[in-house]
Amino acid sequence: MLKIDSRQFIQDYGLYACIQCGKCTGGCPMAIKTRLNPRMLIYRLLIAGNGFDLEGREELWDCTTCSTCYSRCPKLVNPMEAVVALRSAIVENGRIHPNVKTALESTFRHGNPLTMPREERADWAKDLQVKSFAAGGAAEGAEYLYFVGCTPSYDPRVQKVSRALVSLFQHNGIDFGILGVEESCCGSEVRRLGEAGLFEMISEENGELFKSVGAEHIITTSPHCFNTFKNDYPKNGVQVQHYTQVLAEQPLSYSGKFDKTVTYHDPCYLGKHNHVFDEPRAVLKAIPGVKLVEMDRSREKSLCCEGGGGRMWLEGTNPGTRLAQMRVQEALETGAEVLATACPFCLLTLEEAVKHLNAEDRLRVMDIAEIAVEAM
Amino acid sequence: MIEYASNGHKPAALVIGGGIAGIQAALDIAEAGFKVYLVERSPSIGGRMSQLDKTFPTLDCSSCILTPRMVDVSRHPNIDLLTYSEVAEVSGQAGDFRVRIRKKPRYVDEDKCRGCGLCAQACRLSGRVSGDPGVDFNAGIARRAAIFVPFPQAVPLVYTVDPQACIYLTRGVCGKTFLCKDACDAQAIDFSQTEQYLDVQVGTIVVATGFDIFDAHRRPEMGYGVYPQVITTLEFERLASASGPTAGKIILDGKMPKQIVFIHCVGSRDRALGRWDGEGSNPYCSRVCCMAVAKQAHLAHDRIPGAQITVFYMDVRAFGKGFEEFYDRVRNEGILYRRGNPSEVIRHGDKLLVRAEDTLLGELVEVEADLVVLAVGMQPRRDASGVAEMLHLERSEDGFFLEDHPKLRPVESNVPGVYLAGCCQGPKDIPDTVAHAKAAASAAMILLAGNGQRLFANQEKSSLLA
Repeated sequence: MLKIDSRQFIQDYGLYACIQCGKCTGGCPMAIKTRLNPRMLIYRLLIAGNGFDLEGREELWDCTTCSTCYSRCPKLVNPMEAVVALRSAIVENGRIHPNVKTALESTFRHGNPLTMPREERADWAKDLQVKSFAAGGAAEGAEYLYFVGCTPSYDPRVQKVSRALVSLFQHNGIDFGILGVEESCCGSEVRRLGEAGLFEMISEENGELFKSVGAEHIITTSPHCFNTFKNDYPKNGVQVQHYTQVLAEQPLSYSGKFDKTVTYHDPCYLGKHNHVFDEPRAVLKAIPGVKLVEMDRSREKSLCCEGGGGRMWLEGTNPGTRLAQMRVQEALETGAEVLATACPFCLLTLEEAVKHLNAEDRLRVMDIAEIAVEAM
Repeated sequence: MIEYASNGHKPAALVIGGGIAGIQAALDIAEAGFKVYLVERSPSIGGRMSQLDKTFPTLDCSSCILTPRMVDVSRHPNIDLLTYSEVAEVSGQAGDFRVRIRKKPRYVDEDKCRGCGLCAQACRLSGRVSGDPGVDFNAGIARRAAIFVPFPQAVPLVYTVDPQACIYLTRGVCGKTFLCKDACDAQAIDFSQTEQYLDVQVGTIVVATGFDIFDAHRRPEMGYGVYPQVITTLEFERLASASGPTAGKIILDGKMPKQIVFIHCVGSRDRALGRWDGEGSNPYCSRVCCMAVAKQAHLAHDRIPGAQITVFYMDVRAFGKGFEEFYDRVRNEGILYRRGNPSEVIRHGDKLLVRAEDTLLGELVEVEADLVVLAVGMQPRRDASGVAEMLHLERSEDGFFLEDHPKLRPVESNVPGVYLAGCCQGPKDIPDTVAHAKAAASAAMILLAGNGQRLFANQEKSSLLA
């Protein structure tokens, strides 16, 4: 038994507003292949009387937090946030999946969920002459704080994106610095894995760090960091932008070309969560040679890659075909040579799917920043 | 007695809007012996009802029951019909409103035009102009010329030059000679026409300005504007109508659809609209869509042999006289009602997939379709705020004009002497609209008949209009 006070929960998450129309489940990318059914979950909460038993509700870990459910709901109910809160109730009771436990502990100890040492966080930038906001660094007074994020700092594949972004910023004369080894996880995935307490701690510490270095304007690599700073952190007057927004505002000048057909995969945390659909496309269209083609499911209808909501660490109730594989199929159908995205998780899941489908000779997965650098 | 009436003026009413509500109110007031100025901003009266094929639940032909009323309006000795005109200014108070009406130039002499249509055949843009889907009689699915009558039964049956489309009016020159003018034997076309103003005095005003159709682009996941096979219920009416561009054949891109899905509540009961586009939400039920869909499903069943027809719904609101019986009839015809409101429409080869949870099964289903009809809701007119400002009308939270009391004063507005008729006050079907309009007419006539002093003892309130 793992009971929660469902009446209070229903109040807190506004679930009485639900009219059981099923739009959440009808659009849920996981409902079709797992036990997750957001509409029915809400109904079970509503009829639970005084207590709702979370025991055995494995499907709660299926949610990718893509926010399709919330974007479709006509009554402003947010099933995704309810799922995250139910996860928190499970975590609070100490029932944590071993994989998740490792990620959370690592975030607590090393400031990243990847079990990597903090001292190596800025190694990717060693040879790049990037100013640092860290103690003794030269970035004091820089206009922008480039918040790199965990995966772009440590993952060898995604490091290429952070390095590309540094070139683009330098090329464009953007005055920026990084936090170096003092940068810590934004906490987005921690929050979505249900560790509300740890998230609160992280957000406070980061808030203080941003304040202490005088950061007024943050640029992120990842839509996940962008979203959590913008929507989950207490309001602190710091302006946060995803890098595609900055590049759309301050267009790059290109001397080369990228002569390829490109399709763009909308990351959920940029698109469905924050309605940033046009800027990444504007950046792509401005690159000489790029021929942009759209997948049928784009923008508001974009299919989640299944990398969010802690799904990088979890298998859930159906370890079958990952959404990223369906997504790569859709990209292949457009005839595109390059599948572009603007999110570290999407980049990794989609690239993995391309390998799985033996499509490496037909489709290359790239971050928009990498494409821009190739054309520079 | 109303003061100006005793000064020798004939008591008169202004009716704003020439849809079924305005037509009904105007006819009732005129029949009682009062003068009526009926102002309609589009080229013809008739409104939304003229666009419909059949009406639920009786399946009467909409234009067959409406057209005689339109003709009655045009022939009534007590009605001054001012089409292609707008109310520009209103001042005064109950019993003595001063109204300035702007007559827009049609560039066609109403007295000379015989409605023959030779001008439209001759127009360089003949068959090339598609009107604004929210205003156009054929909901944007058919093409016309830059000089047009909205539909063959238009009242008045007089051509109008579309100033947005006409080559001469937009570019200052149209070839060497005006093809339309050359074609017109009646010499009715007159590009020298300008705006004209008419000042009238009336004792009372009936507002019957109607509603706008929800713009389905605002729910992009439904694929409206992306897939040609996704249409609105209004467009379906034009496809099904004998006077429509396909002469009543339900054909899309030359083909008769065989798998048809109807989707309820698009742009109604939706509080989340406007989260990103900054426009309002539509939290209310539009009250007509359930039955409109039932009727259209019946029409599709009737005209497309062997069609598979699925209606996705959250609730079926069949509350009017004969409505539940009609819903029974439609289901018995083999139309499948599935509970669950679709979340999205995606491409599937040449066809579409409607993705929904069948909430009775608790399963996500994908239903193949070659026609998807979105039951779009009603919303306040885009320019309702301008009308409200001009007349000092209050609006309810949903944006429709506010009645003075929700139970006891359903047609009175907050301004004495100004009454509300039809969907400008909130969504209504045709029977309710007619009933509301008749009530507004009766309220207006009480004032005109001379009880003004008793009704408007509260002078403070009645001097709201400066």
